[in-house]
Amino acid sequence: MAEILIKNGFVIDPSRKINGDVMDVAIKDDKIVEKVGSGAKVIDAKGKVVMAGAVDVHAHVAGPKVNAGRLMRPEDKLFKSPDAQEHYRMEMGFSIPSTFKTGYDYARMGYAFVMEAAMPPLHSPHVHEEIHDTPIIDEAALPVFANNWFVMEYLKNNEIDNAAAYVAWIIAATKGYGIKLVNPGGTAAWAWGLNCLGINDPVPFYDITPAEIITGLIKTNEYLGLPHSVHIHQNSLGDPGNYTVTLDSLKLAEGVKARNKFGRDSVMHSTHIQFHSYGGDSWANFESKAKEVMEYVNTQKNITVDLGCVTLDETTTMTADGPFEHHLNNLNHLKWANVDVELETAAGVVPYVYDKNIKVCGIQWAIGLELGLYAKDPMRTFITTDHPNAGPFIRYPRIIKWLMSQKAREATLDTFKYKDKVIDATNIHGMDRELTLYEVAQMTRTGPAKALGLSHMYGGLSAGLDANVGVFDLNVKNMPSDPEMIEKALLRASWFIKSGQIVVKDGEITGHGNKRTVWVNAKVKANPQVTRDINEKFLKNYTVGIGNYPVWDALAPNPLVIDIDAEA
Amino acid sequence: MATITLKPFKTPELIIECNNITPDAFAGKTPAEIAELEIFEGKVREKLGDFFSVTGSSGKTAAETDILIDGDCSRVKYIGSKMTAGTITVNGNADMYVGGWMKGGKIHVKGNVDSFCGIAMEGGEIEVDGNAGNYVGCAYRGDWRGMRGGTIHIHGNAGNDIGTFMLGGTIIIDKNAFIHVSTHAEGGTVVIKGDVEGRVGGQMVKGDIYVFGNVQYMLPGFKEIDRVRKEIAGESATFRQYIGDLGERHPKSKGKEIYANLYVKASA
Repeated sequence: MAEILIKNGFVIDPSRKINGDVMDVAIKDDKIVEKVGSGAKVIDAKGKVVMAGAVDVHAHVAGPKVNAGRLMRPEDKLFKSPDAQEHYRMEMGFSIPSTFKTGYDYARMGYAFVMEAAMPPLHSPHVHEEIHDTPIIDEAALPVFANNWFVMEYLKNNEIDNAAAYVAWIIAATKGYGIKLVNPGGTAAWAWGLNCLGINDPVPFYDITPAEIITGLIKTNEYLGLPHSVHIHQNSLGDPGNYTVTLDSLKLAEGVKARNKFGRDSVMHSTHIQFHSYGGDSWANFESKAKEVMEYVNTQKNITVDLGCVTLDETTTMTADGPFEHHLNNLNHLKWANVDVELETAAGVVPYVYDKNIKVCGIQWAIGLELGLYAKDPMRTFITTDHPNAGPFIRYPRIIKWLMSQKAREATLDTFKYKDKVIDATNIHGMDRELTLYEVAQMTRTGPAKALGLSHMYGGLSAGLDANVGVFDLNVKNMPSDPEMIEKALLRASWFIKSGQIVVKDGEITGHGNKRTVWVNAKVKANPQVTRDINEKFLKNYTVGIGNYPVWDALAPNPLVIDIDAEA
Repeated sequence: MATITLKPFKTPELIIECNNITPDAFAGKTPAEIAELEIFEGKVREKLGDFFSVTGSSGKTAAETDILIDGDCSRVKYIGSKMTAGTITVNGNADMYVGGWMKGGKIHVKGNVDSFCGIAMEGGEIEVDGNAGNYVGCAYRGDWRGMRGGTIHIHGNAGNDIGTFMLGGTIIIDKNAFIHVSTHAEGGTVVIKGDVEGRVGGQMVKGDIYVFGNVQYMLPGFKEIDRVRKEIAGESATFRQYIGDLGERHPKSKGKEIYANLYVKASA
């Protein structure tokens, strides 16, 4: 590593409100600096756009359910695996790519950081093994909490300090990053073949409701002052008419203030909101409620969302929402994997084909994009596909193309078999908003970095931030009239520099980078009650001993630990 | 029509993968260009001309191109893979994946074929004068979309797993087959002129199976409902008609459940 100077590019850096000014970006070792010496390697970015490394707030890229998907879908690799680049590793798979393809493809799109969105605590060693095997990109993982026996018992009695001590222990033991909620209470109910479809449905056998779990974990999160807010996959995912459940759960954040030292303002991140913005009461009268949901999100400054856009591909759904996957399997009759994770969570995996000849798939596609277009604050609305649930992450540039071009949206709409029915059930037809590249940079870089409490490292190009810089072949002063060129340019960066090392040149991988595992170590005062509870559960209920539970350091050999002191 | 003749002159050390032996890849090329086409021996890229002499001429399009392989292809995989038109004739045996993912045209193998003949085939015709291995007209591993169309005619015996996940098309086996016929199928027709050991139609949703010989072990999920006279694959006979697999889900049409049919030739 040494000095690099990226000269004369159109710099887009929303963290400093820079929009396409022709500037230089200087890099020394692994940081961005004000200036470098004359011996620096010069990259000519004239006529190209220069942005910070992107930050993915939510993707399923490592861990047991991703691997279950790989195992049960050999056909995902057939005819969809490119030839390996010389001197680099084989790249396999499409919707559930191998770890190497995951790292390479993210880097080719200029991504510096990816959040693995659901880590079952018991299986966290596997998650970290895969993270370690994914080259180039920095990663963190969110352990799931909303169906955990400890959490439900503490929150039932409103013992926030105990919940916080337990959560801090789990996050440290699993080398996790924050608090993920998946179908609060519903996944626990699934152990008995049941579900919680509303936030006030009592969780069977636990005497608590999803609303109480959500509220309690928001309090726990702010008690600890974690860098990220709670990250929630709400109840009733994918059901027609679920937007009322979505609004009910979003309202639980009203009036709550963020307490942290990381510059985060949000207290709730509502993920893949496309799956939660459905109207109608059956698949026959299924319709978009994107407007209703986004209008509420626009008014609530302490909520962030990501889109979860449907990309119209054949993909593999996987979630800790066990009952949902069972429901989905009953709809499409394809393969189904289901697992219970003792005391903690569950998961399911089902392949799914988002077919443009199916009306419902067309409506889902429209809802994801409508949400992005109705968003008033791109700093709180992030682009995702809930990879691989609504589509693989390599489609992010395609989603950006659709968000930036009405022409591209209408062209896709024209290919639908039930175009008229899709138009009737949505608002996408005729929506003329076209996002700018500046707004896209907010949605993919500055915004998610802020929501994750990582603005001090990612999401901008100020001196002192990590040297993650992408150069893309797009002329912001003269954007191409063909929207396909946007997708093409963003899919394969001209240059991508990760932590000061050139890892992509002309869309090809040129290095394996210096991959880091980011995790949070939250200090709380000693809590003998919680220590006793943990020991007791490991003796009585867990199938593993407590000594075998935590992730050992060797699995995260290049860690970036964020220390926080909840009592300070 | 123009014919390209390939003559194998060297036995490969490993079994070679020749996805490029198709009328589609040969059309419009000179023999010298065809000899340059890429094949794989293990992970090593080699040329078609390293193993075959190439003579004759190709047509302008795949439909106008005939390929004659004048020799044994027991160590050649993927002949006619994904072809859309034209013909291939093999004067000898062929290894696995003959006519896999094929969309049109005709393949005639005068010897035996190994497994995965006509895997995930969509159209066209495959004729094998000898025996076939396992997985005739099946789906790719893990895939739920098997053979969709076209015809596979095996004049000899076939192994197990015939027509797995079949959605359409016809498979005819002139002699005997082993186990697993039309497992998970949702369409298509399999005709077995000889005997089958068992597991016929397991988890079958839709489609037809005709057995002219004996099914040694019937699956319990099939129920005899009728005796019918049918003409299939050029033969007319009286069959016992079974429906099934009763343990599997079945779609409804006009309020009536649709079952798969298994016809077994009545003995008298």
